[in-house]
Amino acid sequence: MEWLMYILLGFLVICAIAVSFSKNLLNSLMIFMSYSLVMSIIWILLESPDLAITEAAVGAGVTSVLFFVTLKKIHAIDEKKKGEKDE
Amino acid sequence: MSRLKEWDSYKKTRAYRFFRWYRGEKDPFLGEVEIKEGKLYKDTRSEEEIQKEKEELMNKVYDIDHNKEIKFFKLVYGIISAVFCLALTFVLLLMVSYSPKTGNPGNPNENEVPARYIENGLQETGAVNIVTGMILDYRAFDTLGESHVLFIATITVFILLRIDKDEKGKEKDREEANDRNYEPKNDAILQIIAVIIVPLIIIFGIYVILNGHLSPGGGFSGGAIIGAGLILYLNAFGFAKTERFFTEKTYKIICFCSLSFYCLAKSYSFFMGANHLESGIPLGTPGAILSSGLILPLNICVGLVVACTMYAFYALFRKGGF
Repeated sequence: MEWLMYILLGFLVICAIAVSFSKNLLNSLMIFMSYSLVMSIIWILLESPDLAITEAAVGAGVTSVLFFVTLKKIHAIDEKKKGEKDE
Repeated sequence: MSRLKEWDSYKKTRAYRFFRWYRGEKDPFLGEVEIKEGKLYKDTRSEEEIQKEKEELMNKVYDIDHNKEIKFFKLVYGIISAVFCLALTFVLLLMVSYSPKTGNPGNPNENEVPARYIENGLQETGAVNIVTGMILDYRAFDTLGESHVLFIATITVFILLRIDKDEKGKEKDREEANDRNYEPKNDAILQIIAVIIVPLIIIFGIYVILNGHLSPGGGFSGGAIIGAGLILYLNAFGFAKTERFFTEKTYKIICFCSLSFYCLAKSYSFFMGANHLESGIPLGTPGAILSSGLILPLNICVGLVVACTMYAFYALFRKGGF
């Protein structure tokens, strides 16, 4: 199981860097979600399944959904062309 | 109505002014503190002059290629931020390398507190899951604060994002604020998947809450699962369906009942424990579903509050009310 842990931890670092370097807000949200999912797998490997359940429900589910709603409200998802021009 | 002073001299006292203000007859700040409408600034120059000045300003300030100060500032800013991030990473990694290895018996966290939790936890709390026994029995006060934090967070979001209702009871038709008009109507794939999966999610959440003292999980995890299931249901079927069973009133009742029950039950048990009295709450046989005293009802309370909070957050973000 050691190698799986190293792969997951490496994936965490890659995700954390990719979130801040991604230009598209929707992409960075997706990466943020996958970060939470990987984190929940790591919690299972660390033998704390209750934290894994909470991480999957809150981190990957509810937080990202709230982010999606906010992005939709500020029209960051719908109007792609306008958003690309601004940057 | 008798007064010690004459009417004219009474008029000058502070009490008279205070009662006048209290009865709402006169507001002493009315017309004093409000911002008065000032004169509008009129530009006397012609449009060409304005345009010219704007262009000059833009060239001077925002022309990065020729403005040396901005160029220099950008360079320094980038270097400083990179150096700061690297330094922070270095310091944190250094601290990690100094911290003791996990599982070492000589670690500072291996004192009498976790030993007591592990040795006497089952007898004292009756919970097979020591984590739940810890957070809902030994440290129940902590969990009470956490659930209140969730409640206060919902209220804060409610204050910030709420849409006021008109006098007629209709919501203001602000297109931006009300998200209902943009809901995708009757998405067949989403609805059929939701019909299958939402009951399973909610039953799993209830299972996690009810078995909080027996297996990993508890109020927070189960409540988050139920909240996620409710959000999925809301997304699939829209607000009209969820408002049949979950409105602002439901939220108020559930949160008030859960938090006050938690508060009263734990106050009772703390009071009895502090005075070395028998609380009279049976612990039951460890491993049975109805055991471990107050932990099961407290778990249900926390789970209800968390589920309501999750749903309320989403509903408030979507349409400013629920």
